[in-house]
Amino acid sequence: MADRTPAPDTPELRARWGGFAWTPENKKIADWHIAKYPEGRQRSAVMPLLDLAQRQVGAETGTQGWLPLPVIEYVAKYLDMPVIRVLEVASFYFMYNLKPVGKFHVQVCGTTPCMLRGSDALFETCKKRGMVKGGISPDGLWTLTEVECMGNCATAPMVQINDDNYEDLTPERLDAVLDALAAGQQPKTGTQEPGRHTCEPLGGPTTLTAMVDANHDYRGEW
Amino acid sequence: MPKVTVDGVEIEVPAGATVLQACELAGKEIPRFCYHERLSIAGNCRMCLVEVKPGPPKPQASCALPATEGQEIRTDSPMVKKAREGVMEFLLINHPLDCPICDQGGECDLQDQAVAYGRGGSRFHENKRAVTEKYMGPLIKTIMTRCIHCTRCVRFSEEIAGVDEIGALYRGEDMQITTYLERAAAHELSANVIDLCPVGALTSRPYAFEARPWELKKTLSIDVSDAVGANITLHSKGREVMRALPRVNDDVNEEWLSDKGRFQVDGLTKRRLDRVWLRREGKLQPAEWNEAFAKIAAALEGDKASIAAVAGDLLDAETMFAAKALVNACGSNLTEARQTGMTYDVSNLAAVNFNSTFAGIETADAILIIGSNVRWEAALLNVRLRKAVKAGAKVFIIGPEWDPTYPATFLGSDLKILNRVPKQLGDVMKSAQRPAVILGAAALAKGALPAALKLVDKFGLVKDGWNGFNVLHISAARMASLMLGFTLPGGMGDIAAASPKVLLSLGADEMDYAPFAKSLKVYIGHHGDRGAHNADIILPGASYAEKDGTYVNTEGRVQFAEKAVFAPGDAREDWTILRALADVLGVTVGFDSFEELQAKMIAAVPALGEEGLADYGPLPKGDSSARFDGAIAGYPIKDFYLTNPIARASAVMQQCSDELLHGADVKEAAE
Repeated sequence: MADRTPAPDTPELRARWGGFAWTPENKKIADWHIAKYPEGRQRSAVMPLLDLAQRQVGAETGTQGWLPLPVIEYVAKYLDMPVIRVLEVASFYFMYNLKPVGKFHVQVCGTTPCMLRGSDALFETCKKRGMVKGGISPDGLWTLTEVECMGNCATAPMVQINDDNYEDLTPERLDAVLDALAAGQQPKTGTQEPGRHTCEPLGGPTTLTAMVDANHDYRGEW
Repeated sequence: MPKVTVDGVEIEVPAGATVLQACELAGKEIPRFCYHERLSIAGNCRMCLVEVKPGPPKPQASCALPATEGQEIRTDSPMVKKAREGVMEFLLINHPLDCPICDQGGECDLQDQAVAYGRGGSRFHENKRAVTEKYMGPLIKTIMTRCIHCTRCVRFSEEIAGVDEIGALYRGEDMQITTYLERAAAHELSANVIDLCPVGALTSRPYAFEARPWELKKTLSIDVSDAVGANITLHSKGREVMRALPRVNDDVNEEWLSDKGRFQVDGLTKRRLDRVWLRREGKLQPAEWNEAFAKIAAALEGDKASIAAVAGDLLDAETMFAAKALVNACGSNLTEARQTGMTYDVSNLAAVNFNSTFAGIETADAILIIGSNVRWEAALLNVRLRKAVKAGAKVFIIGPEWDPTYPATFLGSDLKILNRVPKQLGDVMKSAQRPAVILGAAALAKGALPAALKLVDKFGLVKDGWNGFNVLHISAARMASLMLGFTLPGGMGDIAAASPKVLLSLGADEMDYAPFAKSLKVYIGHHGDRGAHNADIILPGASYAEKDGTYVNTEGRVQFAEKAVFAPGDAREDWTILRALADVLGVTVGFDSFEELQAKMIAAVPALGEEGLADYGPLPKGDSSARFDGAIAGYPIKDFYLTNPIARASAVMQQCSDELLHGADVKEAAE
């Protein structure tokens, strides 16, 4: 499991992030999130606001973004709630990065279906590029994390890079995706299997075949 | 009122009760870790599983399940037994087997319940989880590997104390209880989480590795660190009080205790006056009792009546009665307990009493606090006020700002504002069903009592079954001293004006000794504090832990404390010193034993003989010409942790003061 301790509270951290405040656009979004909840229940917006803050940090640093302690404190103050309650949320969910990450946060699924379909080879591929688990690669591009099931078992193995999923991977396909990202292009997201659209069965459906072209009532056949 | 069947016995339970409470009413013991009567229901330890029909065919957490009509509950079925064994086995998977070196050993819920409901063995062969220690301040020691994540401490700090500082970080197996950035838990009730912790994860830092619960002698006592009169148990080993724990008393302290009441006890062994001291050539030097007594007698030669007594804040009623008897027998009436010089009118004690009672103030719906930092002056009362606010009460405060932990409106520190009540305050108070006013020591010092009494009619504070006029004292001895008539109309000023030849200072450490430069100052007390520094003669007395005594809290609740240990060295119980002094001075005080003294005191003030609330009768009429005047510049308590001589002598309290209030660097012993 990934190390979830927050980045240490150092004077440098305070100096860099102590002055964090919403950009005008993000302030609008933050207030829009808060307005979804009844008066006095502004705390309910803590999760979208943390995500927003993480994205703003990401935009400022050219990475996926993370949550330095002063930023967590800023969110707590913005929502008028105790900072420990915000840290509880931030440390619970894996979508919040509590330590700096690279430009691309490569989250490789290592749970059983993906492992059976070859996720070990994906880790090798990543490591060959200088990625280290939980750290930033020397070129500043990559952070590698091993994660648990992300719900794409039908198209295993998969990785999530920032906001996008890449599925049906092999080391070569992953290399192609990473090369494209490193070159500043946006590779095709989702499945990488030629001819496959999403997670439909490979080689055509084997069940409910009568449903392929039109709706079919199977109930009489039970 | 639903009827349920518990193990075949049908009982009726109050509406809204949980299955756990129903089982308890039926006399069944339900093991639990996360459930606590005074905290919200979490339902996360799963130890309280029972079988309930109708319902899913699996064990249910009884703490979070409402009892409904016709439920059949079984606490003794094989399914329940197996379920509890399973839960216990899981709880113990990551719990270290370090009971022999754990301070909770012998009073540990996990230990007890593992014996009663566990399997008796573990099938877990893998490595146990280990968690790093978390710093939580000078009072709470943490060994977080032992934590079973019941979250009682988290709920206590959020709900009861109102200072959200403990939280559960991370998740699953990695969940850890900590404060933000491991800052010290800094509020007046923080150490109650030690009692709440069902395992040895949060233990008392000052008491670490000092004693085992079974070696301790338990004595019922009363906390004297403030005027709340919290019920405590003093745990002593040999001649030393090792710790103080709260006792359950729903009328006074529920089951909490302020950090000062709990941790000042180490001061009982430090800076003690354990022998007689006599000032010779400007320096205090060791002396004998006879020498000291002879000097007092010589000072009073020919003018016995020139004697006065001032009582300190920690005194029991018996000591004050004995002192008053001695002074009166000498022909003097110079006795005063309000040592800081307050002179409010005490002809009707209802006017200087906390009439709503602590339990009653919870039901108030509008509260005006005049000149009191309740958090520091009566931390346990603030818990009640917090409950009132949660139930919808509005709170207004007059005085310099402090953090009440609940929403409150500060109306400034100028008392004159009350001469013409501001609309926002008036509207709320007049429309309230149970309005209350709390007058603090800072307001009493400004002479606000007569004007405050006018508010009784203005706000309708007295209604059928409700008296909302309250005075909050800060001295444990105050109400008893007022009941004994240990006061003069002009307060300390009258005593200074009489310039007595002998001034008996009974543990009076907060008074100003400057006006008594010509008097022979005799300090009868237990700690070498301000009073002892000014004294010409020191006669060593006993602290609250070392004598039986009667205390009256600010509600007028009479309570008895018992002697836990003997006073050190030559120190004697205070009444015996005063009795001996009577002989030397050749007067009779009419008692030769503590029983006689107590009987005489009760004969003089019958209310002191009856445990419980004293009846002071109706409130006096307010003086229509009285006006509020002056501004409250500050509260009498400048440092919560150092308010009395015992606390000032306590290393733990000094550390708390340095670290929690004055932000000194954390001093940690080299390990």
